[in-house]
Amino acid sequence: MAEPWVLKDHSGESWVFFVRAATGFIVLIVMTLILLMRLIYLQIIQYDLYATMSDNNRIQVEPLPPVRGLIFDRNNELIADNIPVLNLTLTKELVDDIDQTLSKIEALTGLSEGEREAFHERLENSQRRPHEPVPVVLKLSSEQQAKIAVNRHILPGVQIEARLIRHYPKGELLAHAVGSVRRINESDARELNRTAYSGTSHIGKIGVERYYEDVLLGSVGYRRVETTASGWVLDELEVIDPVPGRNLTLHLDSTLQQVASDALGERRGAVVAIEPETGGILALVSNPSYDPNLFVTGIDYETYAGLRDSIDTPLFNRVVQGQYEPGSTIKPMLGLAGLVTGAVSMDFQFQDPGWFKLPNSSRLYRDWNWTQSGAGGHGIVDFQKSIYRSCNVYYYRLATNLGIEKIHEYLSLFGFGRDTSLDIPEAANGLLPSSQWKQEARGIPWYPGDTVNIGIGQGDILVTPLQLATAVTVLANRGRWVSPRMLKGSNELLNDNNADMKDIDQVPDYIWEEVINAMEKVVHRGNQEFGENGTAWYYIGQDIEYRMAGKSGTAQVVGIKQGEVYNEEELAERLRKHAWFVGFAPVENPQIALAVLVENGGGGSEFAAPVVRQVIDYYLESQYRIAGVSP
Amino acid sequence: MKQNTFRRLLDFDLHSRRSAGLGDRIHVDFILLFLLFFISAYGLVILYSAVGQDLDAVTAQIIKIIVAAVVMLIVAQISPFFYLRTAWWLFISGVLLLVVVYFYGYEVNGSKRWLRIPGLIGFQPSELMKLVLPMVLAWYFHERRLPPHSVHIFWALLMIAVPTGLIFLQPDLGTALIISTSGILVLLLAGVPWRIVFGALGLCAVSAPAIWFLLLDYQQRRILTFLNPESDPLGDGWNIIQSKTAIGSGGLTGKGLFEGTQSHLDFLPESRTDFIIAVLAEELGLIGVIVLLFLYILLIARGTIIAIQAQSTFNRLLAGTITFTFFVYVFVNIGMVSGVVPVVGVPLPLVSFGGTSIVTLFAGFGILMSIQTHRRIMS
Repeated sequence: MAEPWVLKDHSGESWVFFVRAATGFIVLIVMTLILLMRLIYLQIIQYDLYATMSDNNRIQVEPLPPVRGLIFDRNNELIADNIPVLNLTLTKELVDDIDQTLSKIEALTGLSEGEREAFHERLENSQRRPHEPVPVVLKLSSEQQAKIAVNRHILPGVQIEARLIRHYPKGELLAHAVGSVRRINESDARELNRTAYSGTSHIGKIGVERYYEDVLLGSVGYRRVETTASGWVLDELEVIDPVPGRNLTLHLDSTLQQVASDALGERRGAVVAIEPETGGILALVSNPSYDPNLFVTGIDYETYAGLRDSIDTPLFNRVVQGQYEPGSTIKPMLGLAGLVTGAVSMDFQFQDPGWFKLPNSSRLYRDWNWTQSGAGGHGIVDFQKSIYRSCNVYYYRLATNLGIEKIHEYLSLFGFGRDTSLDIPEAANGLLPSSQWKQEARGIPWYPGDTVNIGIGQGDILVTPLQLATAVTVLANRGRWVSPRMLKGSNELLNDNNADMKDIDQVPDYIWEEVINAMEKVVHRGNQEFGENGTAWYYIGQDIEYRMAGKSGTAQVVGIKQGEVYNEEELAERLRKHAWFVGFAPVENPQIALAVLVENGGGGSEFAAPVVRQVIDYYLESQYRIAGVSP
Repeated sequence: MKQNTFRRLLDFDLHSRRSAGLGDRIHVDFILLFLLFFISAYGLVILYSAVGQDLDAVTAQIIKIIVAAVVMLIVAQISPFFYLRTAWWLFISGVLLLVVVYFYGYEVNGSKRWLRIPGLIGFQPSELMKLVLPMVLAWYFHERRLPPHSVHIFWALLMIAVPTGLIFLQPDLGTALIISTSGILVLLLAGVPWRIVFGALGLCAVSAPAIWFLLLDYQQRRILTFLNPESDPLGDGWNIIQSKTAIGSGGLTGKGLFEGTQSHLDFLPESRTDFIIAVLAEELGLIGVIVLLFLYILLIARGTIIAIQAQSTFNRLLAGTITFTFFVYVFVNIGMVSGVVPVVGVPLPLVSFGGTSIVTLFAGFGILMSIQTHRRIMS
């Protein structure tokens, strides 16, 4: 490192340093002079300008919030609007005694403890700009407004401010489909771009409002105004107009949504309908629902707690977040896998005893019509019958032949086990098991018995109604993949989407038709001897005027949490199985595909299928009406 | 010839004195001490106004200054030779501490700058590095022939890059810039050939567009806002517009102490910390700022003289760097508040409220005093 043999030239080095230090000092004096010139420029040359700016008449910058984009349904019906409200605001810097001013306001308009608290919270928000008005009372009534206007002189620093706020004209009907905006709170504010949101009090928090937040928001403008010391605007100096957010049109059909909601009635459950051509979601009903307008103006704590803690979970979006066992609705997809891989052949038949046993095991896997006397079973069962009679034993065998890895592979092709939606931020992944998953999650190996259960959509397999509807849509499309989506039209507004799903093109046409044909029989095969009709024929197939393919399912109730309190009647009701029905129509040229879940509804064909029928009836009829053709 | 004359000139006061004065014996440089005292007192008056005449805040600041002054006096007692011998080890420990901060640092406002030792107060290793980096570089060049060889310049740049990078990652852009600047100052004072200096400057100018694309969104926005504050009057531009208004409206003589409207009506952001010079400019006007600048220049002039009179390369480089780095603080702070340089969080030395940086600052002056008062009379 050191070079001791080099004789250092000490005086030379000190000379070099002297030159450098002197140069540095001169540079430093020059830089100081630059600062000085800058200060002279600001304080002497531009003194008049800045003196005026800070004098009695002040120049202020006010943000002009953009108008949030509107949302329309496919028939151009407005489903998210903006309406004007008047808020009472207070500018901290112009008020001497805030508590006194609040008392005056309280005397005039009334001020609840909650409002007072919320005001203080907003006032202390670290993201608040100096001289930014803070809302005290939201949504003034005309009487309150008049009282404030008359007493304006005793309330310096208090203003009435007109604002546009979000309004959902359809209320509860579309809460889960469209989502909603909420007031920006302090923790949101920290994450946000302060400029873009100045003057904006709300942000899309759920659903479409959340996913398309950037587009709907628009961009902020501002105006430079001259005000008196107490804040009254004297003159407008410069205005940069805000740019309104973009309007969006969704695939939703709010009339169809109403029909679906009515068909479900008071029952808890989910309906989701998809247009097979585009993947567009026509209806998305999760029952019970809530009024999203409550969250816009600020919901009081009791109402909120009531919604949050309700045993019926109205805030929970069953369609996209609810994860249920698919039950027998999984059979068409498994059947297809069986036919493609050769795990079963189309003409294979067997005598169904009503139960199934794994080799070397004594455990009985029963069919749904198994009886103690041994009179159960479906008789001679082939592929067609396995679907239209929903024969469990057939699928116990098929699943065992396929093995869990093949099951995983084929169900993945239909989008199970992951979120394939394009613009539904809350969509859940469901659970599509594999032996590897079980080893990692549970630490125990996959047993053959697990595979048997998966054969009838039970055990460690969970799907959301949206996933099931998507799978049925792909089935209706004979393998052409479409991702479920809310937004109609172009893809340019979509973020990084789940577009890596591929068409299922390794399945020959005749297998698609075989499966769809069997599903058609579920609805249409009737007037046969006992035990030979399609499972849903009696309920929906007798007077149907178009061809529908469907499949019923019944799911066991998975989660009743320990320690939850129920009264006994309720318990009995809530332990009942969930009813599923999936279907699409017309069979040859599918216009609509859907999945319906009725929580604790009982048998799928009896309770869920009529909902499917009503929705499709209405939709096809309206389609024919639009096309000008009679059905 | 002329160099010998120059040498005698430098040692003039030493040769003329028979024995060391009181200052040398207790290792205090009275000129520095008085200047520091005046600037701090002036700063406290401005601070008193900026905090809205709240005595508690001023008392807290006084206590910090006293603690820092004590640290300064202690540092001054230690011979520069000790710093020379320990520089390398201090540097290695400083870098290790920065690495520890990177992994186990205490996070405040999204950046990890603090180390918390249980039972003790926390401290920022980057503050230590402000003194240790100039020290290690001064040692490095002290051991070598000047002007430096290009291989040595390379190693020196590496020694600058390591702590700068670690501080940049915290992230603390302001401190990273200050520390790298102090490192570069050592190189400049050591006599790096001008062709290399101008070559590097040219290279920077050429690569600036590339660097632009490497900057994060908010960093780009800051520079754009600096170039045209009016472009974003609701966001980043607000501070600059407000501080310019405060300064401009002060005029030649100011609105009078405690009479500033911009600062007292809460228009001015961070008026007690980074933007405090705007309060001074508004209330005491251009004259008030010139007084402060003059005091700063005197302080820096004294530091420069100490550096020039110092007797070894190590002492010269260290004293010169500490002095000029002090000026960088002054320039960047006043420049950013008046809109000459982009906003980087750098406090106004000896005036801004709070900060562990007060201790570092005074410790630096302690080193200057140590260098000045430990000189040997040469025969």
